[in-house]
Amino acid sequence: MTEVRDELVKKRYASERRFRFYGAAALALTALFLAILLVDIVARGLPAFTEKTVALDVKVDPAEIDPAQLAGGNYDKLVKDAFRAEFPQVTGRAERKALGALLSTGGGDALRQMVVADPALIGKTVSVPVLLGADAGIYLQGMLTDLTTVAGKATLNIARLEGEEGYVLSGDTSGESAEQQLGLTAGQVVRFKGGALRVTGMQNGYVRAEAILPPELPVITLPAGQWDSLTFSVPESNRRISDAQAVWLEDLKSEGRIQTSFAWRFFESGDSREPELAGIRGALVGSLLTVAVALALALPLGIAAAVYLEEFAPKNKLTDLIEVNINNLAAVPSIIFGLLGLAVFLNFFGLPRSAPVVGGLVLALLVLPTIIIASRAALKAVPPSITEAALGVGASKQQAVFQHVLPLALPGIMTGTILGLARAFGETAPLLMIGMIAFIADIPQGFTSAATVLPVQVFLWSDLPEIAFKSKTAAAIMVLLVVLFALNAVAIYLRKRFDRRW
Amino acid sequence: MKRLLLTASLVALTAVPAFAARDQIRIVGSSTVYPFTTAVAEQFGKSTGMKTPVVESTGTGGGLKLFCSGVGEDTPDFANASRPIKKAEFEDCAKNGVTDIVELEIGFDGLSVAQSKDAQPLELSKLQLFLALAKEIPDKDGKLVANPNKTWKDVDASLPDVKIEVLGPPPTSGTRDSFAELALEAGALKIPAMADMKKADAKAFEKVWKSIREDGAYVEAGENDNLIVQKLVANPNALGIFGFSFVEQNANAIKDIPIDGVEAKYETIADGSYKLSRPLFIYAKKQHVGTIPGMAEFVAEYVSDKAIGEDGYLAEKGIVTLPGAEADKTRAVAKDMTPMSAEGLK
Repeated sequence: MTEVRDELVKKRYASERRFRFYGAAALALTALFLAILLVDIVARGLPAFTEKTVALDVKVDPAEIDPAQLAGGNYDKLVKDAFRAEFPQVTGRAERKALGALLSTGGGDALRQMVVADPALIGKTVSVPVLLGADAGIYLQGMLTDLTTVAGKATLNIARLEGEEGYVLSGDTSGESAEQQLGLTAGQVVRFKGGALRVTGMQNGYVRAEAILPPELPVITLPAGQWDSLTFSVPESNRRISDAQAVWLEDLKSEGRIQTSFAWRFFESGDSREPELAGIRGALVGSLLTVAVALALALPLGIAAAVYLEEFAPKNKLTDLIEVNINNLAAVPSIIFGLLGLAVFLNFFGLPRSAPVVGGLVLALLVLPTIIIASRAALKAVPPSITEAALGVGASKQQAVFQHVLPLALPGIMTGTILGLARAFGETAPLLMIGMIAFIADIPQGFTSAATVLPVQVFLWSDLPEIAFKSKTAAAIMVLLVVLFALNAVAIYLRKRFDRRW
Repeated sequence: MKRLLLTASLVALTAVPAFAARDQIRIVGSSTVYPFTTAVAEQFGKSTGMKTPVVESTGTGGGLKLFCSGVGEDTPDFANASRPIKKAEFEDCAKNGVTDIVELEIGFDGLSVAQSKDAQPLELSKLQLFLALAKEIPDKDGKLVANPNKTWKDVDASLPDVKIEVLGPPPTSGTRDSFAELALEAGALKIPAMADMKKADAKAFEKVWKSIREDGAYVEAGENDNLIVQKLVANPNALGIFGFSFVEQNANAIKDIPIDGVEAKYETIADGSYKLSRPLFIYAKKQHVGTIPGMAEFVAEYVSDKAIGEDGYLAEKGIVTLPGAEADKTRAVAKDMTPMSAEGLK
């Protein structure tokens, strides 16, 4: 008999251990997925928070700037000219264009700001940080190609060919072939002070090369250590930065001219088609405006509806029907609310497209059921003894509800509301219908100006071909997550601070 | 606290009817043209100091529907389109009072079939694409049967023995429509039985090339082309279908598959020798010129040499620019804002 019982006890313990193990395993797996997700997003997003600038001495030419219209001057040209002046040996039209392409199209903005702030700078030479373009930026972050730089081990003789394009490279006269001595293979780039050549192949024991940055002298001898060989892991045809551009950037880098700084621009500017100029501010402001409208509408309406339904409404078929409908509305797919918004707010009331006020109205409808359900649950959780005591000392029903029940239920209502708002923050589908999925470069000025929201910005950026937008996308997700975490933190704080237990 | 919120909501409500006449251009339409029009919109905003136009990505069909919904401030001024306007759409426009539409061809978009850089290089023909991807293909006697081809070798003995796996856009996408039309229809016509069928029953023929198989050989990978790029890198056996600019931007990860021996390049798309390409358009509502500020300036910026020219910033963004004569034609239309006629619309 005891044996059977022991057996049973053992089985029960084993079952419990298994259950605990399953629980812990489920938790660990979830934590692992979450960690992978977060690490992946942060790793992808971090490059978007820094920007690369090159320090340039720019002569502020009075010819390009009309003193009456300081902001309208051609600052981009000034900056590009100064940048090209850094590389005087680059003369061909295509090469000069490739050089200019390294700078951002917004490269002159910093100079413009300086001159507008201090017109006395006109005619002087100023040192300005000039923003590099997105392709140059991701090259410098090492996301385009790996680069191995090896210092030259042997003496290198360079001679320009007579009568044809190209150069021959040779080592000293020790008898070994030039290839062995120099350790060069086709595709590698030889870089030295004042020039750069790309190895094209071998011929008659010499190494043949073509110019990337043509050196001034026709014949050059470089001792070991005075030249480098550069190997790119991705061939030139497969990347957005050519060998020449890479060499120019490497030159600037080795001179310490390229600075990495925190990209305040990302938080200060609106959307742009240039990845290095695109910022999150427009979407953030749009999100705040939209959610403000949603909150201003949904909170009072939701609480009023909940209080009436919970405390005052008679229990009959009609209120039952309303209750069922509210519960069902909470489960309606959000795109339906977008269609409703399109039909009612845009087509019937004629409100403007893409406006935060319409977005807010739609999102208010979306979160209203959630708020009503949460508020009713919170009201229900207040013990009836509170109401009864209030009624017992002569308070009216209204006094009992508004002065005693509602304040006690408020933490629960707030928690529900904030979680509802967090959902509203993350919605994109209903906004599609009302035109908020759009490129909007200007930062919205009010409730009726065109705006977009954070999750939409994530969606739009994720679909663009430029590689640099990938990190922008991840960075925008990070901003969205921070906003959502902050909202949840507020919800937890409110619950902890005001919650009462009976 | 609650009183404050109530007042705030009242203020928000009363503020609504106060919006003034629109001073910002509104553009809707194709997601393929979106990256180009947004770039022009940004340049326009920067160089004129006017408000940057709002560009919505709604798809060509949805955009033209909005565009044709009427004349006035609450309708869009421009529509982006990755195909010419259809006759039905043009008539819908006319019915709603949109009578003066200016059609501007702005460049080409190439569709690429691409594979991972690590994969064994393939070369395909349009016929092979049809045989690999159509839901039903004709058998030896010309009778339609469910597509039996499992591997590329089944399609053509010269191709490798690799499972057919093609990632592409879903049916809602304009890219998918174009792919079916440019690759599959053209491929189907190479089969005599199909060419006969087109003559006998055009509707049935259309159904054959428009139906892409649903047995796993064609994977609907969503509208997001970046996602397809990532999946191709992870799976070297798979092929992907997307816009040419994605192949160009991601040249370190994926490569283009030549179709009928022609590689997708700027040159081959512009001169028409690469067949999987389509023209891109913007449609302007001429009736808004004068009421909405900046209409003429925006068109001028769009057709300027620094935008759609050979070295323009749109080429940088991946558009295949118009050959000189075509560009001049577009500029002439833009200069006089010549309305289009219904002639030749399908």
